[in-house]
Amino acid sequence: MMEVPLFLRGIIVITGKNMRLYYTKPPVLMFGLLFPLFMFFAFFVGRHLDLVTFFPAFLAMMLFFTASSVAPLITPWEKREKTYERLLSYPVTQDSIIMGDVLAGAIFGIGISFLVWIASLAFVPVSITNLGLFFLAFILGTLSCAALGTLLASPASDSPPNVMILSNLIRFPLIFISGVFIPLQQMEGLGLALAYCSPLTYMVDLFNAAMTGISVFSPLVDCCVLAGVSFVFILAGRLIQKRNMMKGM
Amino acid sequence: MDAIRADHLKKIFGPVTAVNDVSITVREGEIFGFLGPNGAGKTTTIRLLTGVLTPDAGTVTINGIDIHRHPLEAKMQMGVIPESSTVYGDMTAEQNLQLSGKMYGMPRALREERIHELLSKMGLAEKRRIPVRAFSKGMKQRVSIACAIIHRPKVLFLDEPTSGLDVQSRRLVIETIRDMNGQGSTIFLTTHNIEEANTLCHTVCIINKGKIVAQESPERLKKMFDTTQSVEVSFDRPVTQDLFKGGGIIRAEPCGDKWRLYTDNPDLVLKYLVGRAERESIGITSLTTSGPSLEEAFVQITECA
Repeated sequence: MMEVPLFLRGIIVITGKNMRLYYTKPPVLMFGLLFPLFMFFAFFVGRHLDLVTFFPAFLAMMLFFTASSVAPLITPWEKREKTYERLLSYPVTQDSIIMGDVLAGAIFGIGISFLVWIASLAFVPVSITNLGLFFLAFILGTLSCAALGTLLASPASDSPPNVMILSNLIRFPLIFISGVFIPLQQMEGLGLALAYCSPLTYMVDLFNAAMTGISVFSPLVDCCVLAGVSFVFILAGRLIQKRNMMKGM
Repeated sequence: MDAIRADHLKKIFGPVTAVNDVSITVREGEIFGFLGPNGAGKTTTIRLLTGVLTPDAGTVTINGIDIHRHPLEAKMQMGVIPESSTVYGDMTAEQNLQLSGKMYGMPRALREERIHELLSKMGLAEKRRIPVRAFSKGMKQRVSIACAIIHRPKVLFLDEPTSGLDVQSRRLVIETIRDMNGQGSTIFLTTHNIEEANTLCHTVCIINKGKIVAQESPERLKKMFDTTQSVEVSFDRPVTQDLFKGGGIIRAEPCGDKWRLYTDNPDLVLKYLVGRAERESIGITSLTTSGPSLEEAFVQITECA
């Protein structure tokens, strides 16, 4: 019975440690903050596109990049610095460490994206048709992206650059097949089939439902998919990391 | 109650059996030295005992708590100083200690008080707000030790704690080990430094090729493997080898400005030397006896196994 409070405390302390140490690391700032902004500018500056229509997808892209950029860095960084062993010797389990990494990523994602949304209110006349759904999109979106980040950190590597490369190889293609730049309604064939496989698609769709009232899927489907993939990503990351530990540090 | 108990531990990494049927019992309040050559399985064993790795077979209990069934409760009982100085370089010494204190659930007031005490004790009070990455190896190790003992653990694991440290840092580490043991903590220490094990440990355990090959008190271990002792003597003027014929002296070797005499019976040698020196009007300037060394025992054990 004593284990549950200890487990929860471990998660909170690890989350705090991750927030203090990793939010300002250059790879996080580069791939989590600057990159989505540059993508936005690359696609919209000088082109006469409807920013209001695009805004939910931009917000989803921002959330996707920010929330999934922290966790891939943490474990390889700690393994390289040899602090991972000390962390495991504290009253924590590998599960507490994984959950701490997910929460740190999720808080980073939600914090930055929320700020971007607040700041953009001054420039873009966006409206929200369903406030509850909007916040739910933030929470489920950031959770699923942070969970993806944790899964991407799972390979047995103590080299942060290697993990960041792998992470970007997976993340970048997703933004082109998930209805961020090309609406799902305009996609067909293989592109559409791939879009259905991307969790980002459901996040974009949920933001569309919350902000414009128009979505391809039912918001319930979007929510279930995002909650489901979060669970699957965390479980897969956990399995891979446990298997790595069986092979050694 | 045994502070640490490991039964039939086994850990295999691919084709290598790193730890093979290792059983260890460490009594409460004991300083237990764990020795072995490089690659013998010391670090893997300490990782299994501290719950960092999961064994393929066997069990570990810390103060009666199974570390693999109740890892969090068991880890609350112990502090661990891993092989390298594993502290967060981007944090200050104080922040590293804050993190450790929070990990062990220490209340804020107690944490602050203990951090102040430890930073002073480790000679880091003035550098408490400097990021640890700017510290020397010895200073990092002191932060690492402070992090491990902040909650006054009942069991303290140290993996090569003095490896590569300067004399001052090494002394501070040894002093801290003795201090913690004096306060009732059980100490599990892996080391390459045989002299350190000899002077610190109540029991010494030797592992080789993943198996325990000896476990005894340092004195008994030395006696088991070597009965030859030595006497070191120096005189006020040069002497020849002829002086050392008789008196139970097996062999005499010049050693700087001294002579080292090997014998089975140091008492007989002392009496003989004093008698000869008196008869030949030679002054003895220094005379020391030393027993068989733990290092010799260690070499014999690990070479035989």
